[in-house]
Amino acid sequence: MSDIILETRDLTKHYGGVHALEGANFVLRNGEHVAIMGDNGAGKSTFVRQITGVEQRTRGEIIFDGKPVNFSGPLDAREAGIEAVFQTLALADHLDVPDNLFLGREKTKFDWLGPFRLLDYKAMREDTLAALEKTGVKIPNIRNTIQNMSGGQRQCVAIARTASFHSKLTIMDEPTAALGVQETAQVENIIRTLKDQGEPLVLISHNMRQVMDLVDRIIVFRRGRIVANLNKNETDGQDVVAYITGAKTQPEYDVEGVA
Amino acid sequence: MADHADGIGGLKYDRSKRAWPNEMNIFIALVLIVAVFEALGQILPYMDGQSFLFDTNDRFDTIFNEARLRIIILQVAIIGIISLGVTQVIISGGIDLSSGPLTAATAMIVMSFAQTELVNGNPNPAAVFGPWAMDLPVIVPVIVGLCFGAFIGSINGSLIAFTRIPPFIATLGMFLICRGIAQWWTRGQPVSFPTEGYAWLGSGMMPVIWFVLLAILCHVLLRYTVYGKHTYAIGSNEDAARMSGINVKRHKVMVYMIASMLAAFAAIVLSSKNLTAQSGMGLFYELYAIAMAVIGGVSLQGGRGSIIGTVLGAMVFGVIQSGFTYVKLDAYFQIMAMGFIIISAVVLDQWRQQRAASRS
Repeated sequence: MSDIILETRDLTKHYGGVHALEGANFVLRNGEHVAIMGDNGAGKSTFVRQITGVEQRTRGEIIFDGKPVNFSGPLDAREAGIEAVFQTLALADHLDVPDNLFLGREKTKFDWLGPFRLLDYKAMREDTLAALEKTGVKIPNIRNTIQNMSGGQRQCVAIARTASFHSKLTIMDEPTAALGVQETAQVENIIRTLKDQGEPLVLISHNMRQVMDLVDRIIVFRRGRIVANLNKNETDGQDVVAYITGAKTQPEYDVEGVA
Repeated sequence: MADHADGIGGLKYDRSKRAWPNEMNIFIALVLIVAVFEALGQILPYMDGQSFLFDTNDRFDTIFNEARLRIIILQVAIIGIISLGVTQVIISGGIDLSSGPLTAATAMIVMSFAQTELVNGNPNPAAVFGPWAMDLPVIVPVIVGLCFGAFIGSINGSLIAFTRIPPFIATLGMFLICRGIAQWWTRGQPVSFPTEGYAWLGSGMMPVIWFVLLAILCHVLLRYTVYGKHTYAIGSNEDAARMSGINVKRHKVMVYMIASMLAAFAAIVLSSKNLTAQSGMGLFYELYAIAMAVIGGVSLQGGRGSIIGTVLGAMVFGVIQSGFTYVKLDAYFQIMAMGFIIISAVVLDQWRQQRAASRS
């Protein structure tokens, strides 16, 4: 049991009459990388929003790290160890890379000074360089403020930030949607680093090649329901597309009325 | 790690394209403004070739006109102290309009704890309290003042952080409340005749010394402490700051408290310098303090600015004021010209920001 980091049982979210998510049963094991795929409006982002506490679920249970949890907000989830990289980035534009990487958990000296304790810039810079070096991120100058960076560099900083804090679970919602080829490669490098470190990941992506390259398992959502749970080695792109478009549904997920 | 200074991941980093510090622009502007006044002094026929900056009449040992320089820095020192706090508030994405009236209210209250019992052998004619509050050690009024500032600041901050009313409204309300307190305290009577110890606090060049010391302290706070980093983060992206686990509400209260304590200290120095406190003092100080910060490159959108910039902004402010008097500009035009300069400073800064953004 301790092997399972995240489990949802009958997770359901209704927006008024819209059943955005219906009875999702999902299990993620430690060290496992899982992709969530599906058409627009299939319920992928809704699913993630329930887990990260951005929204409150209508019904169902979330068991994280062996305990049932009830996050009242994203900060709660983060404190419990769930790091999420959203499509809208949470970076401070006027601060540089180390400042953003260590925001809220700065390295300090003279801690007895309380809120006025001194920042250890040198240590933070060195750790930043080490973290970025390891993940292969290219940034001309880490002292540059975020506002002077390209979209890809910002995304890399946001993800490197997530990756460098050894959270118990990382969730990425379309991390490469707006990126160029090189930048996408950098983000994928970071994801591989997480895999090597044995940190579990939930990846939402539309990019079939990326998913096939990076993850162990693919969950397909359609019309608010999970319709397939595929091991990467036992499937291929065409198969997955068939599930996404509704041409196929795995028998165990075949619920009457949804086909 | 030094070999990484040129960028990581194989990207070249061109040092010559390093961001030009904003403070340099303000410094250049300051030098230019001095040069313009100097030139005006030579050109304008009614000036008799007087110099703005230099000692042409051999009144001083140095080459500079020390009297004028002294007046300039003395003039800006007290509002400058307020501006140090206002800078922090604006960087955190807020605004503080209450600092001027807070100065008046604090001065009134503090002064009534700093009076002497006897003036030239007679009882103090402006006494507010009985003999128990007379001839107290100087530390008493200072602590009373700082506590009052902290109290008002914590109300400002709590209103903004917990009721989510806009900082403009919260501090506008406090603006009126403080002016009211200043007038109610002695029913409009001035409070005068401080103890010798208290009078020392603002005597001679003391205001400038306080300004410099506090500027250094605030610079260290903003640049080198967690407090400062979080202040910038909140002003830059409040949601990101909250998501990063920063206690945004508590931090805002702290920022407003520090700002109001600085304003209260300015009130102490001001009342000590004037040897009296009046309910009408500190008129427009809140606006001048904001103007100094804005001239110094502090962005009203939050997240950008520095104490060095604000100190330079204060100097620009003082030089312009003194320069207007020097070229004998009518006092009425002086205020109008000041407004014009504040607007131009912001327009210039925005224009520069846009240019910098389009270049990168």
